[in-house]
Amino acid sequence: MSLALYRIDDRLIHGQVVVGWGQPLDCSFIVLVDDEVRGSDWEQDLYRMGVPPHIEVVFASVDEAAEKMAVWEADQRVGILLVGDIDTAAALATRANQVKRINVGGIHHRAGRSERLRYVYLTDDEAAKLRQLAARGIDVSAQDVPSARAVPVGEFT
Amino acid sequence: MSDSRPNGSLLGVIVSHAAVAQALVAAVAAITGIEGVLVPVSNEGCGTEALAERLRQAVGKGPAVLFVDLPGGSCLTSSARYAKQHADVAVVTGVNLAMLLDFVFHRDIPPADAARRAVEAGGKAIRVTGA
Repeated sequence: MSLALYRIDDRLIHGQVVVGWGQPLDCSFIVLVDDEVRGSDWEQDLYRMGVPPHIEVVFASVDEAAEKMAVWEADQRVGILLVGDIDTAAALATRANQVKRINVGGIHHRAGRSERLRYVYLTDDEAAKLRQLAARGIDVSAQDVPSARAVPVGEFT
Repeated sequence: MSDSRPNGSLLGVIVSHAAVAQALVAAVAAITGIEGVLVPVSNEGCGTEALAERLRQAVGKGPAVLFVDLPGGSCLTSSARYAKQHADVAVVTGVNLAMLLDFVFHRDIPPADAARRAVEAGGKAIRVTGA
């Protein structure tokens, strides 16, 4: 089954991911790609706390993720890959051609961003980066939970 | 949010998904008549930075115990980061009404002690009843 979801979510591991997506997908492992979290044992312990023991959590830098993507894609189990921002997603997509779909799950308000969807706030530059990913043939859509409609990138950027 | 507490008075901040925190504050007030010592914070619509700001405003000058709904997720990660930077802030997860009812009557102790006490009081309330 491999990686069933490539998700951008600035909260990284949280309820919507572990329960909302994890349950219906029967997820067995979560790959959290974030250079900062990868470098902090304290942050890793914190994120691991939100995950039940039967789900493995793998922390990776962008470099490590690009190298291991093929291994994760060949895994018999179902996995979810998480990044915290668009730049990390773009860096990974550039380095690993396994990235075919990107789920925008939560990018929240910050100075300079405007509301695109209830759970997606983007600067014009960030919106352009998402459109660029789509132009490279990646299926980019926004969907916070599985029961919601997947909103195509053209509708919110 | 204005902070009208006397100096050094221990505050409880409930950090939750949706309106759980707000409802717990209202329930404590309805049962005890005590108001102003619990502050609700919801993660609704919040990224990490926005939630950190809500926490900062709610805690004010501290000290405080952060009562978080789940033992993982955005409410916990933001609360744990906040507590890491503030020595007079402690974090408890799995908030329930029973621990809050105990807390509002026992606030003359350090935050870490209040957190331990809350775990005990909250845990005692979880049981199977009936036949």
